[in-house]
Parts: sequence; C-alpha cells; structure tokens
Amino acid sequence: MIHTARMKEREDGPFSPGAAADLPDDLFEKLDESDRQDNEEITRPSKSYWQDAWSRFRKDPLAMIGLCVIVVMAVAAIFGPIFSEYTYDGQNLENGNQPPSAEHWFGTDKFGRDIFVRTLYGARISLLIGFVAAAINMVIGIIYGGISGYFGGRVDMLLMRIVDIMIGVPDLLYIILVMMFLGNSIQSILIALCLTSWIGTARIVRSQVVTLKHQEYALAARSIGSSNLRILFKHLIPNSIGPIIVTVTFLVPSAIFSEAFLSFLGIGIQVPIASWGTLVNDAIPTLFTQPYQMLFPALAISVTMFALNFIGDGLRDALDPRLKK
Amino acid sequence: MGRYIVKRIVAGLITMFVLTTVTFFLMHAIPGGPFSPAEERKVPKQVLEKIEEKYGLNDPIPVQYVNYLKNLAQGDFGLSFKQRDVTVNEIIEQGFPVSAKVGSIAIVVALLVGIPLGITSAIKRGKWADWLAMIIATVGISIPSFVLSVLMLFLFAVVLKVLPTFGLTSWQHYILPVAGLSFGPIAYIARLMRSSMLEVMRYDYIRTARAKGVHELKVICKHALKNAIIPIVTYLGPLVAILLTGSFVIERIFSIPGIGRDFVTGISDRDYSVILGMTVFFGAFIVVANIIVDVLYAVIDRRVKMDE
Amino acid sequence: MKLLQVNNLRTTFHIEAGQVQAVRGISFHVEKGESVGIVGESGSGKSVSMLSIMRLLPDNAKIEADRLLFDGIEIMDMDHKQMRRLHGNDIGMIFQDPMTSLNPLFTIGDQLMEPIRIHLKLSKAEAKKKAIEVLKMVEIPSPETRLNQYPHEFSGGMRQRVMIAIAISCNPKLLIADEPTTALDVTIQAQILDLMRDLKKKSNTSIVLITHDLGVVASMCSRIIVMYGGQIVEEGTTREVFYNPQHPYTWGLIRSMPKVSEGEKKKLIPIPGSPPDLLAPPQGCAFAARCEHAMKVCTKYSPAAISLSESHRAACWLMHPKAAKAEREVIGS
Repeated sequence: MIHTARMKEREDGPFSPGAAADLPDDLFEKLDESDRQDNEEITRPSKSYWQDAWSRFRKDPLAMIGLCVIVVMAVAAIFGPIFSEYTYDGQNLENGNQPPSAEHWFGTDKFGRDIFVRTLYGARISLLIGFVAAAINMVIGIIYGGISGYFGGRVDMLLMRIVDIMIGVPDLLYIILVMMFLGNSIQSILIALCLTSWIGTARIVRSQVVTLKHQEYALAARSIGSSNLRILFKHLIPNSIGPIIVTVTFLVPSAIFSEAFLSFLGIGIQVPIASWGTLVNDAIPTLFTQPYQMLFPALAISVTMFALNFIGDGLRDALDPRLKK
Repeated sequence: MGRYIVKRIVAGLITMFVLTTVTFFLMHAIPGGPFSPAEERKVPKQVLEKIEEKYGLNDPIPVQYVNYLKNLAQGDFGLSFKQRDVTVNEIIEQGFPVSAKVGSIAIVVALLVGIPLGITSAIKRGKWADWLAMIIATVGISIPSFVLSVLMLFLFAVVLKVLPTFGLTSWQHYILPVAGLSFGPIAYIARLMRSSMLEVMRYDYIRTARAKGVHELKVICKHALKNAIIPIVTYLGPLVAILLTGSFVIERIFSIPGIGRDFVTGISDRDYSVILGMTVFFGAFIVVANIIVDVLYAVIDRRVKMDE
Repeated sequence: MKLLQVNNLRTTFHIEAGQVQAVRGISFHVEKGESVGIVGESGSGKSVSMLSIMRLLPDNAKIEADRLLFDGIEIMDMDHKQMRRLHGNDIGMIFQDPMTSLNPLFTIGDQLMEPIRIHLKLSKAEAKKKAIEVLKMVEIPSPETRLNQYPHEFSGGMRQRVMIAIAISCNPKLLIADEPTTALDVTIQAQILDLMRDLKKKSNTSIVLITHDLGVVASMCSRIIVMYGGQIVEEGTTREVFYNPQHPYTWGLIRSMPKVSEGEKKKLIPIPGSPPDLLAPPQGCAFAARCEHAMKVCTKYSPAAISLSESHRAACWLMHPKAAKAEREVIGS
C-alpha cells in the first residue's frame, strides 16, 4: 500500500526556535552526500596496544610511584655497595649493636656489620631472585600452557592432571623439601621456586591459547602451512601477552616473599650473605634492645612488596582493561 | 553427589601418594640418620646397628619405602631421628590441637572481618569506607605475615607493652598470633568479596529483586551475598594451606608449641623422619580440607553438576 | 484517567569518557487499562526511560524530570519505602533475558513468594497457595513440584513464565515488559505473547511493552511510541503509526518488518548506518545522518513535535510547510 503523507498547514507552526517563516528557504534543500557527517568515522586517534597500555599505566599514580621505588631500589642495590666503605660480611666486634648514626645509617648488628649495606645486599638478592624466578617461570609457564592448550586432547588431559596433583599441596612445602635436599644457596632457591610457581602462568596461557587457536588468523596461518610451533609462538602467544605479563608481574613479589620466608626459617640464603628474611630473623633475639635491627629490613621488604603490587595492579588495569573491577 | 565425592577422594589419594613418594626419596637421598657424625663415633657399633634396625635403616631403600607406606596406611608416621623414643604421631598429637585452635580462630576472624569489609567497600564504592578498606587490604596483601607479626610484636609488646609476647597461657596471648595469621587472609578475602560483590550487584536478578520491592538490605544480604560468597568458599581450601604455612613462622615468632614450630624445629635439626612424617600429615590435612570445601561449594551452588 | 504521566524525562549516565545522554527529554502518558508499545532499536533509550521511572538504574545515572506522576502521585518525591510499594505491588516488571533475571541460588517458590509476602502480607502457607495459583495462571504445569525447583531446571520459556508470574503476583496497576520475547525462540515467543494477551483480557492492568519488533506491538498494543536517539520521534495509535507514519525512522521500521501474511516475496529493507553516539549527540535531528530525506535544516535544528490529531504527533522537518512535498512512499500493511 502506498501512502502519501498529508501535511496540515498550520499558521502557528511549532517549529522552534523561531517562527517557521524565519527559517531561510535554502535550509530546506536536500542534504548532499558531501554534507553528511560520516558517523562511522572514528573520531579518536588510533593508538597501538602498547601506547594505549602505557598511557593508561602512566595515569595510575600508585603504579608510577611503585615503578619509581623499584627503579631507585634497583640502582641503589647495584651501585650502592660500591660507594660504601663497609661490606656485608665485614665484622667489627667492638662496634656491635650500634644504633643508627651518620657513620652507620641503619646501625650495626651484634657482629658490628653495617646494616645499611647488608640491607642493600638484601635488595640485590631479593630483586635478583624476584625477577629471575619470574622470568624462568614465565618461560616454563608459556611452554607448558601453550603445549597443553594448543595440542589439547590427551596431551592436555595429562598435563592438566599433573598440575592438579601438584596444586593439591601448598607449594611452600615442596619448596622447603627441595631446599633441604639442595642446601642453602641462591641457585637452590631459584630451582625450588621454579618447581611450582609456573602453574598459574601455564593455566592462563592454556586458557588463552584454547580460545585463540580457533580464530581466523590461526586457521589462516595453518592453511598456508605454518608449523604448529610457529603458529603457537608466532601468533597465539604474542596475542595473549597482556594477561601473561600481568600474571608474571605478580610472580615477582611472590618469589621475593618466598625467599624471605625461607631465609627467615633458616633454609634460604647461606650466611654470611644477608637477605631481608635473614636480617629480620637475626633481629628477633634483639627485638627488645635493638629494634632498629629489625625495623629497616622489615621496612625494605614492605616497601618493595607494596611497590611491586602497585605495579602489578597498574599493569593489570593497563594491559587487560576487562579485568578492571 | 556420591560419585563426585569419590572422584575427589581418588584425586586426593593420588596427590598424597605423589607427595609421600617424592618426600620419602628426597629425605632418604640426603645423608643423615638418627645420629650426628660426632655421636656415631662415640656409640658402640652394636648399639648403633641395633638402633638402625629399630628405624629400619638396614633394609634397602625400596623395602624401607614399602614398609613406610604400610605403616602409613595404619596411621603410623614413624619415629623421630633426633628426639629419641618420640614418634612423629606423638609430636603431631601434642602440637596439632594447639595449632588447630589458633588456626580455627584465625579462619573465623578472617571471615568475620574480611567479608563485611569487602561488602562495605563494594556498597560504599568510592567513598571513604571503600578507601579505608582497600588500604587495609593492600597492606595485608603486601606485607608478609612474618614481617607484620614481628612489627606488631615490637609495637604492642615492646613499645606499648599492652599485650603478652610469648606462649599461649591467656586469651590475650591469642591476639597477636591470630592477628598475624589472619591479616593477609582478611586482606585477600576483603578484595575478593569486594570485586565479587561489585560484579554480582550488576546482575539482572538483583534488578529483579529490587523490582519486586525487596528492601535494599535484603537485596544485599540475601540475593547478592549468597552469590558473591561463592569465590570465598572456593578460597577456603587455599586459606587452610596459607594458615598452615603461616603457622611455621607465626608459631616460631610467638613461641607457640604447635605443629608449625615442631616442623621448623625438625628442619633446623635436620630431623628427616619428622620432616617426612609431618609433610605427609600436612598434605593429608590439606587434601581433606579441599575435599570438604568442594562438597560445601556444591551444596551452596546447585548448578554444579555433582556427577561430573 | 492517566495512570502514568511523564513530562520531560532526562537520564544521563556519568562514565569515564563523559556523559551519556541516554534519554533526552521525553514526555508521554499511559492510560488506565491501556497497552502502549515503545519501539526503537537498541540504544534508543526505551529501556532506560522505563528503568529511570522505576529508579532501577545504577548509581551513575542521573534522572531529571519536570513531572513523573503515577496514579496522581509524584514519583520523584517518593522515599525508599514508597518506592518499594511501587516496585512489585503497583508496577510489575518483566525483563528481557529470563536466563539471568532469576537468582540461580534460590528456588522458584522462594523468588515468587517474595513479593507476595512483602506486599500482600500473607503468611508462608497462604503465600504458597497464592504462588501456586499464579503459576497456574501463567500455565506452568505441576506448579506444586515446580515451586521447589531452581531456575536452572527450567527452560527459557518457562523461566519467562515465572518472571511474568512474579510480575503479576500482586495484581499490579501497570506491567512493564522490557523486550519479554527477544531472548526466546520464535515458537516460544508466540506462546509468551499469547499468554500476555490472555492475561491482559482477564485483568484491567495497563501494559507498557518495550520492543524493537513492530510486529509484536501491532498485535498487543493500542498505542505506539517510537523512540530514536533518546527522544520520541513519533507517537500515535497503532492505526495511525502503521497507516499514516510521519517520521522517516518509522518508515524504516515498517519497511524492515518481515511480513509472512502477504504471501508475496518482498525485500526487507534495513535502515543503514548505526544509532548516534549519545556521548556527544549530534546537532539537529538525531536521525539526520541516516535519513535519506535529510535536509540542511535537519543537521542544524532539532525538529519539534507536531500534532496531527489528538493522539498522533511526530517530530520531523519534513512536516514543515517549506519542506519539499516529497513523495513519501511508505509500504504499510
């Protein structure tokens, strides 16, 4: 059916703002194609994933403070001891249990060792263990989770059952056992930390790969004859790098925590090397008389953990906005 | 339901078997026995052999392993190498009630503080209550429990002198250890509860409840809470594990005669039979706790397919 | 008698990127016992406007209106207690997705008896009797056993029946159905619409039916409100809107409607383009960018509504005397 709309002529046309007669006739010409605003036009400038993430990260004040703290701490840990006249194991029994002074900023322990330098060495160990353990765990997690997710089926079943068995028991138990077996050293701590910490990363990688492997670009890559490994590491892993980085970021503080925990229990770093955990542990007997011996290393751990957690939160919000709560 | 539980138990038994095997061979690969090398020289050879026989150390390792599993099946965790004539069972029997008491108080405190903290934070999103709760949560997540405990010990027992420091003889003695154990979990629960609550409050069925004229308080406490609490229930398993490992340091700091301290003593004494026995016990405890949590979860959320 | 009267309702969402003007000054009314259909595509503000009236929007929504009268009482002045009486008792609501609108952790009986106990102040046993009665009304078989089941044990259509049961359990004066059939299979859609029509015949409840499907309103409603870009572009009786549509958007809606009855093959004509960005609403008519009849004036000034009859009004510059008397060809039904 065809209708032709009838128009009632009205004298008091309610077309606002002015009366109908005020509007010039040319306004009622039909709009040319060129006059049309293209509402499909993208008005915001396009940014790459990393530019976008960095600009989001930069706007997070806590994350930026965290980043500065870690950078300062890393610089101090690497270069600080060089400029100090004291060494981490230089004993001076006559100068034991000194409170903080211009000479010894954080005081001295019962052997007269400078706590400031020992704390800086602790920073070296903590940051080294934190970042190396996180890096190793990232590699293991990506390979394990990638294989499990990409090949699926029986391989996936088997690999995930192994994971299920391992996470049935707290990882600190495994770590303690392995430390007992390997003895106290940085290497043993790293090996022990790499036993189970990759599980979280592996699970994230697996779930990402499982969802991504059926997408067009993966199918396209396969159709032109790319090898499985190439598809996995060239296409799938780079596309899930955001969540991977976020998970790995939180591995750094957890590795630092584990090291401090082990050292506190006396199965971490070998004496006389100092770690924050051993420093806090050593300070307990003198807590009532020389509390500063405990205070500075405790603060160092806390500040570092705060900073790393802030960086982690900031990175999560920046790299994976969907996770933002 | 039956099949689900059986499946969980079988998986738990496999975990236990792997843990026991790994621990057994690790502990037997490290040189060391009931005696330190110094003692070994002093004790007559016959006596030494007799004692080694008592510990079953003369048998080849595989035989020892099978024997250990046999004894374990009967609930026998073996003898301590260093504390003569004391069995691991006796150590556990003495220490476990103490640790369990502190631990269960810590669980209750963590839930009673963490859940309301998270809910308040979610409901007052962006307000000062939210900020306060999230500051507490960040502190709790960032500072390791042993650092926090030592700091609290220093503050309340040394500076302010308001709380006792060591042992567990009065109710005041519980405050610092429980606080040290539960602070991290409180923080984690509060964060988890907040994000879970914020998510649930966006769901359609919350709007339905409001559209029915249900009081806002009831919308939050009935419709939202039961859904939002599910992640907390699944966290209870890991929580038990965290409190267990937390007890290693807390019981050491506050001189509490629990299994955590016994385990650490075992480690520093290199008492391998105690480490082995207690590790197996801890593993079993965690596995059982996880099974209970899984069943609890299935009871709360009926959508979980029990027979899967 | 007017049951609901809305004057100049404006709803704005505050989000990180700015302010989304979801509803931009709409006015309409619903008579007692009348069924009104609100039609428009997603993002046109149809659901938001009803949720604004019900105050069921998230905290970041700001609602303003010159007047929001329900049964002669100003809704904007109501406190929480009065609002709760409005919710479920005076106004019942049915939502789009029955799969997510019911709480998965409570039984159907629990969720159905809730409004009955709150508003009708019945004891548990009486409420249960009433609940069974309502479930029978929405034609759910064996209601006694169904009461003790959980939502996941119900199919989508059955869940929507439960939602309808909840909405009508306290005999509301107004029933708001927000896309009640969109999430359902076509066969189930017809069943739910039949059920709603039956219920409508039996009671004197007013209905506001929100939908993007003109076919649904044609069979259910006596009046139609067409919304676009947060504004009402045309309003009239079903007859007027179908037989004498004035706004090009309405023409587009009618043209894009599939017709099975005519038996002849006709091409469905979609409306090109996408709805306007309400973060920064365009100057002039919101539809101009997608309108094939757009004139220069359309991109400069907003058209005001013109009445064609007591009940029919539309807002389009084509109705202006200076506009070319363009042949406006509309394929009606």
